[in-house]
Amino acid sequence: MKTSPVSRRHFLKSGTSAAVVSTVGIGLSPGVAQAQSANTGTTLDYPETLISKATEMVVGEAISFSYPDNRSPCMAIRMGEPVSGGIGPEQDIVAYSILCTHMGCPVAYDEQERLFRCNCHFSMFDAEKGGQMISGQATEDLPRVLLDYDEDTGNITAVGVDGLIYGRQANIL
Amino acid sequence: MSTRENDRIALPPADAQSSNMTCHFCIVGCGYKVHKWEAHREGGRAADQNALNVDFTQQVPPLQLTMTRAMTNTITDKQGKRWNVMITPDKDCVVNSGLSSTRGGKMASYLYSADGLGKERLKTPRLFRGDQWLDIGWDNALALYAGLSKKILDNDGPDGLMYDCFDHGGAGGGFENTWGTGKLMFSALQTPMVRIHNRPAYNSECHATREMGVGELNNSYEDAQLADCILATGCNPYETQSNYFLNHWVPNLNGQSVSKKQQRFPDETAASAKVIIVDPRRSATVSICEQIAGKDNVLHLDIEPGSDTALFNTLLTYVVDQGWQDQAFIDQYTQDFDEAMNTNRMSLEEGAAATGIAEEQLVKAAEWAYKPKASGHRPRTFHPYEKGIIWGNDNYVIQSALVSLVLATHNVGRRGTGVCRMGGHQEGYTRPPYPGDSKVYIDQELMAGKGLMYTLWGTNPFQTTLNAERHRLALRKRAAIVHEAIAQARGASNEQLIDVIYDACKNRGGLFVVGINLYPTTIAEESHMMLPAAQPGEINLTSMNGERRLRLTEKFMDPPGSAKADCLIAADIANSMKALYEAEGNAEMVSRFEGFDWQSEEDAFNDGFRRAGLPDSPPIDSQGGDTGHLATYDLLRSAGNNGVQLPIREVRDGQLIGTEMIYADYQFSTDNALARFKPAPWNGLPDMVSEQKDKHEFWLNCGRANEVWQTAYHDQYNAFVRDRIPMAYLEMNPEQASEMGVDAGDVVEVWNDYGSTYAMAYPIDSIKRGHTFMLFGYVKGVHGDVVTPWVDRNVIPYYKGTWGSINRIGPVEEWQSSISFKDRRFS
Repeated sequence: MKTSPVSRRHFLKSGTSAAVVSTVGIGLSPGVAQAQSANTGTTLDYPETLISKATEMVVGEAISFSYPDNRSPCMAIRMGEPVSGGIGPEQDIVAYSILCTHMGCPVAYDEQERLFRCNCHFSMFDAEKGGQMISGQATEDLPRVLLDYDEDTGNITAVGVDGLIYGRQANIL
Repeated sequence: MSTRENDRIALPPADAQSSNMTCHFCIVGCGYKVHKWEAHREGGRAADQNALNVDFTQQVPPLQLTMTRAMTNTITDKQGKRWNVMITPDKDCVVNSGLSSTRGGKMASYLYSADGLGKERLKTPRLFRGDQWLDIGWDNALALYAGLSKKILDNDGPDGLMYDCFDHGGAGGGFENTWGTGKLMFSALQTPMVRIHNRPAYNSECHATREMGVGELNNSYEDAQLADCILATGCNPYETQSNYFLNHWVPNLNGQSVSKKQQRFPDETAASAKVIIVDPRRSATVSICEQIAGKDNVLHLDIEPGSDTALFNTLLTYVVDQGWQDQAFIDQYTQDFDEAMNTNRMSLEEGAAATGIAEEQLVKAAEWAYKPKASGHRPRTFHPYEKGIIWGNDNYVIQSALVSLVLATHNVGRRGTGVCRMGGHQEGYTRPPYPGDSKVYIDQELMAGKGLMYTLWGTNPFQTTLNAERHRLALRKRAAIVHEAIAQARGASNEQLIDVIYDACKNRGGLFVVGINLYPTTIAEESHMMLPAAQPGEINLTSMNGERRLRLTEKFMDPPGSAKADCLIAADIANSMKALYEAEGNAEMVSRFEGFDWQSEEDAFNDGFRRAGLPDSPPIDSQGGDTGHLATYDLLRSAGNNGVQLPIREVRDGQLIGTEMIYADYQFSTDNALARFKPAPWNGLPDMVSEQKDKHEFWLNCGRANEVWQTAYHDQYNAFVRDRIPMAYLEMNPEQASEMGVDAGDVVEVWNDYGSTYAMAYPIDSIKRGHTFMLFGYVKGVHGDVVTPWVDRNVIPYYKGTWGSINRIGPVEEWQSSISFKDRRFS
């Protein structure tokens, strides 16, 4: 059985922000849900892209993938404990666009510290806190790739992006 | 197309309106472009279809632009028409070259719209009656304000009228508004009972350097690219002057500007800059400098808190003992060198004992900054400084020590040098002379029951003053007396209400408190009246940045409701009072309130900034000097975001020509044009501070965070900031926190003999045992509550120097999961 009863893509398009939070933020405290309630819905047609099986993701190791197209590098990470916006059996899988929201330099993931660093203007984003900017020159947290988890297959699928990817008028080119 | 979706953005069409905006937050004043267009339209993705001239049909490569949702908004004009706005950094501005900071990048977010982050803006005058704020309109507000002011002025003299007023540029400041408020306070009301936005008296924060003949903004940002060495004291430019650091320091740290140095100084050895950072705390700037320049080129002198004077005196002594001073310069252009040396002399051993810095490190610093280069030339060392000195242990003496060192080594007046404040806000000072002959510690006067009416003009002492808890409690008590009197004045006319308020203030110890501001802010909690002010873009406004670069921000939208420029509020008050005196036939007083017939900000600019120094003008103290009259709005409009560096030298072919480097001619700002050395004795900590240090375990350092502008008057409404920093954070040593059972995110009480406040614990490895760092001036958790009332001889506080104890209060559950407590320093 899938966590969300309808395709994530269509759900996002028709859903309200509250509904989005209720699926993405299951099991987390109200504060967490509040922190990531920015998505006010989308008019964009996001693809569904299989990233990995939850069980095949090694705790702490980032998986690189592209989403929603091959010009948008992203990373998925399994944290090993429930985190803000996490999904999967442990609510610990998150994914982000890795283009810094400030000026688009690729951010580097530090597996030890579990944060992203941008070497261009020194912004840092916390992978465990919904991509929250720790410090830096950005005005937006790192865009979160919205994930869907299928309990039957264990598939982790990218279904949308919460936040504008650097260098785009819209996340779908 | 709405600007409220977070995964797509409305592009400005190629024909969108465009105007200039100098960022109104930090002193750097980055240039931005405002794009405004009808909300139902949207620019296309092809480069020729949008005003940014960027091809969005494909992924834009890195470093091409900053364009985020925070840079957009949808506003409604007075006619009900909706407009989209995008504010993007200007690539052609020499200050920031297209870089956007985390503060400036949010300017569009903070435009007023009824449903946006700015929705809490004050829109019309309000009076507090009974238990709530009620809108009363300008006529009533002015009748009350002017009527009460007149009654106090007539019966008690100007000392009854107290003000806490901004004197800066940017935000609600600017040359127009400092002139408008200054003319009201100093020429019309003639009250000396005035303090400035961040300190409890009317005084300069740069007395010593000015007396020594060296104004505090004496170079250009480009000089940070040309320096051989940057010796930065008590400043953290990555977080507080971000794009000055990124656009002008970084190219020198990574070697990009070496070719520029070779070109400018062809005979001299040129290399990447070495950086010496004097700061007891390992700041974000220290770690980033190490990243860029390599640890071998960065020297962090983590001196004992308050020991700056000892450091500079020791360096000066070592330099002179090595013969590295510029004796020819000293002989020809300065005086009192020997007198200063007699007092300032400190051996390496003495310096090491006072500062806690090993002798070898002191020698290393002296060699980096002052030892002749391989080519035999004296190094060009730039000495930037900010609150570590300004709010340090005896501002006057530290500046005397620093500038003496700078003069001895001839590090002023040459390109690549300078001894400059980094600054907080922009500058914009043009006022009549202060009508007093001494510095009045206004906070203490108010707490002692002096004054009848207190106007907080674009300021918030509740969040930013020293001894803040005692100050606020005293004001609350006095304000409550007036609240009660107003509540009892049922059915009173304005005239009767004025009598009631006056009686409560004069005879029962009350204080009538007025706030003039963009937002209600926390001052509304103790105020009786609020008047709505306007911000840049809603009005035309000129300011200058830290390299004296004057720019005009152009109006492109209406202020909310009936909010207006501070200069026009001042004019309304003056004109209302003038009418009252005219009705009485009091010609003498009428004449004091004349000259406020302004219709626009430009009228105020022409009346103040552009009259300074002209033959028939009254005395005016102006940062534009005697040539400010050359700067018309028209010329500034065409000068755009590059503006002109004050003082203006001439207008040539319709262009304003300014001054890059002050004192390039070695004519210093003294009677005889000679710079003065100044004795700077090292006296240790003030007794009042020392007493707290003896009693309490923690040094309570304070300062700014990159993403928060000043008192968070805008930022408190923005989830990006508020959810990250719901309460002022307190960096502390993790080991010590653990010993006290304090986890990251726990609320802790910070207290000492002077006050108590709460903060959010943020343990960080690089914070030493016994040290802390608390976010200053925040809306929740006020560091000033625990700052002693000690001030230096010029009534400048020592905000950075207080000690206290810490108690654990406990966790706020959701903070643990929603807030990052990772080190803010890039490593």
